[in-house]
Amino acid sequence: MEPASSKAEQLRLQIANAEAELRGLRSQLSQVETRQEQHPPPDQSSHSGVPPEIKSPWKWPLQQQECERYARQLILPSVGLAGQMRLKSAAVLVVGAGGLGCPAAAYLAGAGVGILGLVDGDIVEVSNLHRQIAHSHTKVGMNKVDSLAQYCTDLNPHINCVRYATHLTPENAASIVSKYDVILDCTDHPTSRYLISDACVLSQKPLVSASALRTDGQLIVLNCPPAPQGSKDGGPCYRCVFPNHRPPDGVLSCGEGGILGPVVGVMGVLQALEAIKLVVTGPAPSPEVPAPSLMLFSATGTPTFRSMRMRGRRPDCFACGTSSSLTLDALQSGMVDYMLFCGVRSPVRILGPDERITAAAYSSMIAENPGFAHVLLDVRDREHYAIGSIPGAVNVPFAMFQRTEMAGQGGTRPDWLPDSLPPDAPIYVVCRVGNDSQLAARKLKEMRMGSEHRFIGDIQGGMEAWKQEVDKTIPFI
Amino acid sequence: MAVEVEAASPEVAKMPVVVEFSGGLEMLFSDQRRHSLSIPVTTSEGKPATVAFLIDYLCRNTMKDTRKELFVLDDHLRPGILVLINDADWELEGEEAYEIQSGDNILFVSTLHGG
Repeated sequence: MEPASSKAEQLRLQIANAEAELRGLRSQLSQVETRQEQHPPPDQSSHSGVPPEIKSPWKWPLQQQECERYARQLILPSVGLAGQMRLKSAAVLVVGAGGLGCPAAAYLAGAGVGILGLVDGDIVEVSNLHRQIAHSHTKVGMNKVDSLAQYCTDLNPHINCVRYATHLTPENAASIVSKYDVILDCTDHPTSRYLISDACVLSQKPLVSASALRTDGQLIVLNCPPAPQGSKDGGPCYRCVFPNHRPPDGVLSCGEGGILGPVVGVMGVLQALEAIKLVVTGPAPSPEVPAPSLMLFSATGTPTFRSMRMRGRRPDCFACGTSSSLTLDALQSGMVDYMLFCGVRSPVRILGPDERITAAAYSSMIAENPGFAHVLLDVRDREHYAIGSIPGAVNVPFAMFQRTEMAGQGGTRPDWLPDSLPPDAPIYVVCRVGNDSQLAARKLKEMRMGSEHRFIGDIQGGMEAWKQEVDKTIPFI
Repeated sequence: MAVEVEAASPEVAKMPVVVEFSGGLEMLFSDQRRHSLSIPVTTSEGKPATVAFLIDYLCRNTMKDTRKELFVLDDHLRPGILVLINDADWELEGEEAYEIQSGDNILFVSTLHGG
């Protein structure tokens, strides 16, 4: 049997050689592939006639193009090569591709964050463009994440953008958040703010949270360091700082309250800065954790920037506290009702059908009887009223109804009610979409404005309905 | 920066404080962010003036809006409003029980959500 065993030995040797060769080929292939990934744009040297094969293997951590691109931040002692390499291997998630998310993502892309995740389910609208700097007139109607990803990769082709064209939900939040090192909350609603914070606590990720409205902004770095639930070493979460949500009628969005572009821009840029600081410094040595602070920005305040010392983790916090029952399963199965917790407001229904008139009915009533004695009160803010209003409407902003002097005047006649008007002439109230008008009409009734027979009611659906039913040309914002 | 003076019996000792509102709360206080006030050093029962006393005082004397419920709910400050005493979260200072000192700066900030 000797020839057979010698044959077997030969075959074993051949196989071993072939395997060694295969290993060598695989290793070469992976080196070539890595180089291609690190260097996505066409190699300049191929245009100069030097074939890439004869170049000696690149022996430096950054490619020449990357060194040039990041040179000005790379030479900062606080960044350096180590910091740049951390940025390159970091994954940062920007939730919200709007007024905060656009500038934040732009600076993160510019700085060379390796993987930039972008989450937003909205599409670009014209009213976004004065502040959401990555979008443009030609991108109206496009998914915000597609528009922002395009902007970021145009700015820096060395980075990878991961697009999530969806809103963050309790079902998808933790699985998205867990893939990233740092999370930026660039959203515009309390429900998403609590959800993102909970997902960050569960996934142990630091959260850079900012918000802006009108001329004010707020910024705070949360869950930093991101210690496990119940650990006293972790930083406070959003719920530690704001354990209860206030009832909803105090909440304004940028759409309702207004926002100055540079105000939200400043806050987004600061978020990028905080995220870059977190990535570049790497895991902070535990004794050097700074006390949490809330930064307040006010365009009209003095001083413009203020820093407030904040509390640490709340031991009884619902999310990060010592006896918290919040788990990934509980989050994903919808056991936390964010809408309920934040008291999301449904449309106001306080006037009965006989106290309301449609925009079309009001319009034809006036057309049939031009001299009809009545008052039409437009209770929107002056700024809205000035842009376009119903002919003959008198502007008495809703806030005026809340002033002490107005509410307390009892039987006296307000300025807007003409002396010549019969005491039973009807009063119609109109607002933007038909919520405040009901509240104002109710208030007028309580103030006993005129005789008991006087009709006091509102135009259903407000100026939005007026535009749809009566005058398509009127500007509506 | 108007100094708001109210008629009071001369024997009540007063102290100066600066009260500020931001994040939209100024809307309830004549659209004025900064109020330099002179408030009683002690309550009518002779106890030191606390932040709880100040909140009630503001509702009675400074607020020019009927929507008191946007500032106070169930006799406590409305959730979602942060109080910062001399640039520190009031939770670090004893919350409502903090005894106000002459010259203190008390800032009421409403949480913002826009973005």
